[in-house]
Amino acid sequence: MQFFHNFPLDLFIIQTVNGIVAGMILALVASGLTLIFGIMDVVNFAHGELFMLGAYVGVIVIAYTGNFWLALVVAAITIAILGAAIQIVTLRPLIGRDPLNTILVTFGISLILQNYALWQFGPVARRMPDPITGHFILFYLDYPWYRMVIAGLSGAIIGGFYLFLKYAKFGVWIRATTQDRVMAQAMGIPVPWVLTGVFALGAAMAAASGVLFAPLAGVDFSMGLDWVLKAFIVVVVGGMGSLGGSVVAAIFISLLESYAAIWLDPSQAVIVSFVVLILTLLFKPTGLFAAPK
Amino acid sequence: MTRHMTRHDKIYWAGFAVVMAILIVAPLVLPEFWRRFLTEVLIWGLLAMSSDLLIGYTGMISFGHSAFFGLGMYGAAAALLLVSPPNLWLAIGLGLVGAAAAALFVAYFSTRLRDIYFAISTLIFSQIFYVIIFTWTSLTGGENGLIFSRPHFSIPFLVDARFTTTTLHWFVLAVVTASYLILRRITQSPFGMVLQSIRENEARTRAIGFSVQHYKIVAVMLSGLFAGLAGVLYGIQNEFVAPNFVYFITSGDTVIFNVMGGIGTLVGPILGAGFFQLLHELMSRVFGDQFPYLIPLGFIFIAMIIFLPQGLLGFARRWLNK
Repeated sequence: MQFFHNFPLDLFIIQTVNGIVAGMILALVASGLTLIFGIMDVVNFAHGELFMLGAYVGVIVIAYTGNFWLALVVAAITIAILGAAIQIVTLRPLIGRDPLNTILVTFGISLILQNYALWQFGPVARRMPDPITGHFILFYLDYPWYRMVIAGLSGAIIGGFYLFLKYAKFGVWIRATTQDRVMAQAMGIPVPWVLTGVFALGAAMAAASGVLFAPLAGVDFSMGLDWVLKAFIVVVVGGMGSLGGSVVAAIFISLLESYAAIWLDPSQAVIVSFVVLILTLLFKPTGLFAAPK
Repeated sequence: MTRHMTRHDKIYWAGFAVVMAILIVAPLVLPEFWRRFLTEVLIWGLLAMSSDLLIGYTGMISFGHSAFFGLGMYGAAAALLLVSPPNLWLAIGLGLVGAAAAALFVAYFSTRLRDIYFAISTLIFSQIFYVIIFTWTSLTGGENGLIFSRPHFSIPFLVDARFTTTTLHWFVLAVVTASYLILRRITQSPFGMVLQSIRENEARTRAIGFSVQHYKIVAVMLSGLFAGLAGVLYGIQNEFVAPNFVYFITSGDTVIFNVMGGIGTLVGPILGAGFFQLLHELMSRVFGDQFPYLIPLGFIFIAMIIFLPQGLLGFARRWLNK
């Protein structure tokens, strides 16, 4: 009973909130990744770098205008255009080749983008002011409202994206292309442009999550790898190509990491998500929430 | 049964002899800096070659070779620091044990997955080793790594000589050449044929009756052992180990060496390592140390995947494997 007696309930609840907030951002990153994979068969290794560059664009826009919401929109659009350009120049020539080529190419892109960011912005992390300054009391903490807004906003973007896939014309094209690329082409859907659009959309989602995350921990050139790894873990645990699975897995893993951080150093808490991955691979290699095929 | 040398064999071994002769003589004529440079290229080449067994022959891309390389390094460091006087063979032995342990772990879990899932899971596992090494400061020295002195080259009762940069180069050359010949033999053996058949058509290989997962586990283990050997050599060459080498960048470089040099050729990755390091060195000489050399190298890398997917030595792939 000693354990329960000393159990830090307040800390536990605080970490639950933290975990859900982090999980919603992670879910947004991972759904972009799973979208690009599910539809294009492209494992986007540069996804973390798009997240990082999006955050940098956000930092720059805020420095000039002071408007967070403008920064969010500008970052998403800029990175979407960058994503479209990347897709047209490097991924389009690879259509029809072994999908392993795409992981190599996007790895090359991540190398370029990361070193560009280091060269352009330097190694020191940039801070971004909280866009909303209000607090509410959570036990002994002044908990910033902003974090709740992030969680809500990430959820809203994912929800909007789901509705877009389901009802919008372009969304229907995307689903048609996923199901049968050749048939979709025969029905007059411009498949190459659908693929470009999907990549741009995934990139925009990565950029938006980058801007949302930036006020929490600052922005630096090397943050991409951490995020892309976490997003990969989420996507494998959640089941590749399953949007709902990604969201659930993202929150699940972020919660576990938050709880682990009560007792462990944050850099070691990462291992918890690795352990989840190993267990998933051992017992259900297709992912916990994969749609049966 | 003695097999007569065919024309192909004659040309192959003649070429082999010429390259060996150049590499043996090179440290005698090169200045100190380039001597060390060449030795390092050979070590990176060994790392890349080990990974080629997976990428080129089995069709599995490993983004986690830094784990095997790093564990080999730290294993060697442990042997050199704990045993006095430091013993070369013990360092190699313990390095291989370390790499084998990492390889067993990665092989057991990652081979359950295919294609990109395999690639990503190897990356994630290598990060586990990185985090452990980075945070276990009392054992590994954490961020600062470990410093030790280079062992002597010793054969009991016969030789006990201090390494110079020249003799170390020869030693590395001997290890890398032996590894090349062993790996070549492996890829040409019935076992290697099964690996290549997995690369070509995994489902059919399974249908024929081969236990694909066992073959993959052995392939990852072998690959990890040779990568660990490269780590041992690198540690001995530089007299220090640091967690940076266990980080993802090492794995990424390994993949780049392979793609640039030509996968499925074994010698191509060594050439790729040389090409990469040479471009790096030239760019930092021309544009200065701060120049982000990975940006132009990244562009070259992407262009090669699109326009020259076979790599520099791809044109000779069939011939080299004959």
